[in-house]
Amino acid sequence: MIAVTVDPAPIDIGAEYAAITAGGAGGIATFAGLVRADDGVEALTLEHYPGATEAALTALAEAAVARWDLTAARITHRVGRMVPGDTVVFVATAARHRAAALEACAFLIDRLKTEAPFWKKESLAGAERWVEPRGSDDAAAARWKF
Amino acid sequence: MATEILYFAWVREKIGIGAETLDLPTGLTTVADLVAWLSERSTGHAEALADPARLRAAVDQIFVPLDAPLGRPREIAIFPPVTGG
Repeated sequence: MIAVTVDPAPIDIGAEYAAITAGGAGGIATFAGLVRADDGVEALTLEHYPGATEAALTALAEAAVARWDLTAARITHRVGRMVPGDTVVFVATAARHRAAALEACAFLIDRLKTEAPFWKKESLAGAERWVEPRGSDDAAAARWKF
Repeated sequence: MATEILYFAWVREKIGIGAETLDLPTGLTTVADLVAWLSERSTGHAEALADPARLRAAVDQIFVPLDAPLGRPREIAIFPPVTGG
């Protein structure tokens, strides 16, 4: 089962975890990405491309389910304004055994970072700046090429 | 045929609007041709679209390289490289 959510509401990790475990899998892997306070960042605002974002995340989840024979995959991404410590993204995968769940979870967050249409803007010291993409993210995504 | 052009992140901010509906002229073969044509619409467009190497695009919500054929899409989005997660 695949579930993709893009929403400005805070992510309820307890509810997400309960949902992914409801399928009765033997192994669950999760990843949570949080807002860092690097360089005194006071807030992070996430913009996205409505419609295309959900389609991109669903395509990634479908690819993960097919490649690792998952029993479930959930991707929840927050948008709008957040502060350091807030959860930006939560990925959960369920499989019969741990290796598939762990690999699929890493695949999803690596590929999400380079393929899903989100853009981060940092607010700090009264100014705003758009976050630049990192080459290390491209390298992380590339290791999952078929 | 009118085409919806969408802009995101700093491309949207520099242009000053998030969307515009335009009748595209004939003779635009690739997405890059469209970007060059759009850049003449205003100083904001010119600034936002000055460096195509920093731009990415989606045609009818399918992500494509800038040298991809334009076709006759309903919707085109132009934006910086993505930074989610």
